Amino acid sequence: MVQISVNGKMIALDVAPDTPLLWCLRDHVGLTGSKYGCGIGLCGACSVLMDGVSVRSCSIPVSAVGRAKITTVEGLDDKVAKSLQAAWQKLDVSQCGYCQSGQLVSATALLRKKRNPSDADIDAALSGNLCRCATYVRIRAAVKEAAKALL
Amino acid sequence: MTTRKHNIQPSSRRDFIKLIGGLTLGFCLPGSRDATAAGATIADANAGVSAAFEPNAFVRIGADSKVTVIAKHLEMGQGVYTGLATLVAEELDADWDQVSVEGAPADAKHYNNLLWGPFQGTGGSTAIANSFDQLRNAGAIARAMLVSAAAGQWGVPAKDVSVSRGRLIHAATKRNASFGEFVVHAAELPIPTDISLKQAKDFIYIGKHVPRKDGKAKATGKAIFTQDIRLPGMLTGVVAHPPRFGSTVKGFDADAALQIPGVVDVVSIGNAVAVLGNDFWSAKKGRDALIIKWNDSNAFKLDSSEIMAQYNILARGPGAIARAEGDADTALRSAKKVIQAAFEFPYLAHAAMEPMNCVVRLGKGECEVWNGEQFQSGDQMALGQVLGISPEKIKLNMLFAGGSFGRRANPASDYILECARIAKAINGRAPVKLVWTREDDMRAGYYRPMFYHTIKAGLDAKGNLIAWKHRLVGQSIGTGTAMEAMMVKDGIDHTSVEGASNLPYQISNLTVDLHSPVIGVPVQWWRSVGSTHTAFSTETFIDELAVAAGKDAVAFRLALLTKHPRHVEVLKLAAAKAGWGKRLAPGAKGEKRGRGIAVHESFNSFVAQVVEVTVKADKSYKVDRVVCAVDCGIAVNPDIVRAQMEGGIGFAMSAAKYGAITLNDGVVDQSNFHDYRIVNISEMPKVEVHIVPSAKAPTGVGEPGVPPFAPALANAIAAATGKRLRKLPLVLV
Repeated sequence: MVQISVNGKMIALDVAPDTPLLWCLRDHVGLTGSKYGCGIGLCGACSVLMDGVSVRSCSIPVSAVGRAKITTVEGLDDKVAKSLQAAWQKLDVSQCGYCQSGQLVSATALLRKKRNPSDADIDAALSGNLCRCATYVRIRAAVKEAAKALL
Repeated sequence: MTTRKHNIQPSSRRDFIKLIGGLTLGFCLPGSRDATAAGATIADANAGVSAAFEPNAFVRIGADSKVTVIAKHLEMGQGVYTGLATLVAEELDADWDQVSVEGAPADAKHYNNLLWGPFQGTGGSTAIANSFDQLRNAGAIARAMLVSAAAGQWGVPAKDVSVSRGRLIHAATKRNASFGEFVVHAAELPIPTDISLKQAKDFIYIGKHVPRKDGKAKATGKAIFTQDIRLPGMLTGVVAHPPRFGSTVKGFDADAALQIPGVVDVVSIGNAVAVLGNDFWSAKKGRDALIIKWNDSNAFKLDSSEIMAQYNILARGPGAIARAEGDADTALRSAKKVIQAAFEFPYLAHAAMEPMNCVVRLGKGECEVWNGEQFQSGDQMALGQVLGISPEKIKLNMLFAGGSFGRRANPASDYILECARIAKAINGRAPVKLVWTREDDMRAGYYRPMFYHTIKAGLDAKGNLIAWKHRLVGQSIGTGTAMEAMMVKDGIDHTSVEGASNLPYQISNLTVDLHSPVIGVPVQWWRSVGSTHTAFSTETFIDELAVAAGKDAVAFRLALLTKHPRHVEVLKLAAAKAGWGKRLAPGAKGEKRGRGIAVHESFNSFVAQVVEVTVKADKSYKVDRVVCAVDCGIAVNPDIVRAQMEGGIGFAMSAAKYGAITLNDGVVDQSNFHDYRIVNISEMPKVEVHIVPSAKAPTGVGEPGVPPFAPALANAIAAATGKRLRKLPLVLV
């Protein structure tokens, strides 16, 4: 049995300790917003916040989570995240949408730290989140739009 | 645009419609509703209803005024749910916010792709093109019936009732009502036979901006993909595929796999072994613990370099003629200058972000599937054969697809059958979700075929292009599939030569021929299909000829496009917006900058792109800016057209910079995004999209943004460095 904090709730899981956090969330907690894309931390579709830092949940065994607070796309409810989600919709960023939970998680981590990010800041924070539909032009614009709305 | 009359036969369905208290145009409700009591009633009522109403199974309006558009096409990112809803809302005069969309069930009688005959499916950038009249009609019929119902209830002439943003209005008596207030009455009326569609000047949604219908769900993690389906008692299947194409299972040892907690069963399905677990991670650990002996006697064992060498040899002799005009050989002999080049294209994986997956639940004589369903008619047929069930008993739930780029429309229904075989192997005792890992997805084949092209062309003394000989060598996508009869004619698979055999340039002596070797590597259409390679060879070679003729690349093309005004328009537009002919700002020290252009027609849409590139001292390069002009007829959703061009450019850039699936002794070298790279946000250039205003019928946009990018990039690199890159991916050495 392992206990982890997800979106503000303590959750007890009866899983093998090497089970990646992603599959705990998806198959055992029932939170499917975080996606499986590559399984080795290359694509970012599985991104979640771990104590506020965007991490690849596919590559973190649940036993390594410890007391860290995990926030998934379903738990993004602060002003920054809401502003990003509004900008995402206003600019119609999503195409297939599969990677966008991860994009929003990473963008949230960025905007919480840096309220007025430059292109270089955005590139650095989001280059680990791949989008096969290549919605990158709009992701960049939406991050800026959200930043503007938060000023 | 003229207003047209559409004749629809009347019918009476009022009794069962009353039962659900809503107006349903057409009879086929989505599969997901069948489980409800109302659904069962509808299904029963459907049985006796005249088939004349079937084409209009696209709109449902509830007593709560909610308008549901039934989408017959897969939403895989291209925006089709929004596009189809736009067409209905336009003619219904619905408020955009009252409209929602749900996926249609598999039912080719109602939901066939009108450009594919009786076949239901999504692809070839046909979704909006084939639905444009059909879905506007569906909306217009609904509107007319609501107007009649309101007029009847209010005792006023129907012509005096107007509809605006979801409200029925009789101005003289200041009456104003919602759709919901009249759905019961409307359902009792005969379906009108005389429907007028709006003129373009009256459009309120078409050609304007409406937000995407899937935008909110996808920005909040709530959109449901196949990967997210979890049924009661469901098992997750992870498979061990053979290392080579064509291998089969000789034997396996499942002991270690079965020791893993959570692993429930291990089954062989002939060409793969599946481990079934209570969750993905258990099943995957079980799969990795399998010991399997493969029978490689019929396996494909060549290296990709050996395949290319064979293609090179084939290209020395003539192939099947795809197009022949004049006498290219004689003209080449008389030419002042002859130029030739050869081009190499690797296999490419689709690598959609959502690796292939599928959920199958088997019942007695029936089967239900959850899938990013792109090829309903083909999948029903294939599943029916494997399961011994009649195809119409197979229920397909069409979910959002996390990308496809062609992959989920597989003529062999490969991953769907794999899931069905696993479910069958356990006698249907539990629903099965098949989950491919990224590595499984990358190595399972169905690639964009490898191709080898040669082009030889001649210029006369004045620099006029007088001869063109284009030879292509590559696997046919259609051969050996159920589509063969449709796709392959006189030895020519149209998808091998599209973009080459319809070269738009005016050349009196022109030959295009094709070799279609049979190779044991499974191939499939990949976003823009033949144009993924034909646009590259033709548009880089025409550029090379322009240089050889001492002419400007745009002027040289324009002079040869006299019969192709739509090519001309996008070419001129892209050139003008990009500042073609003006000097590029110089790069930093040691950097070289260049600008290149390409124009290509695919799927009846016309796209030109100008690429600006910076080549660095270390020979790496960065695409700085892409200017794109597109003519896709009426742009139903201009912002989605722009999004498809932006995305098509990014998708094309991954292939141009990095894309290659290679084989070593038949084993695929690549496995994941580290060795099959796709571009990230830092590589994405500025993109400007310009849409040609048009009153012509809409054509596709999902694919046509892809083909011009790679040739425009290669032309830009040539402009910067003088080096012509003719082998994909484009690497400067």
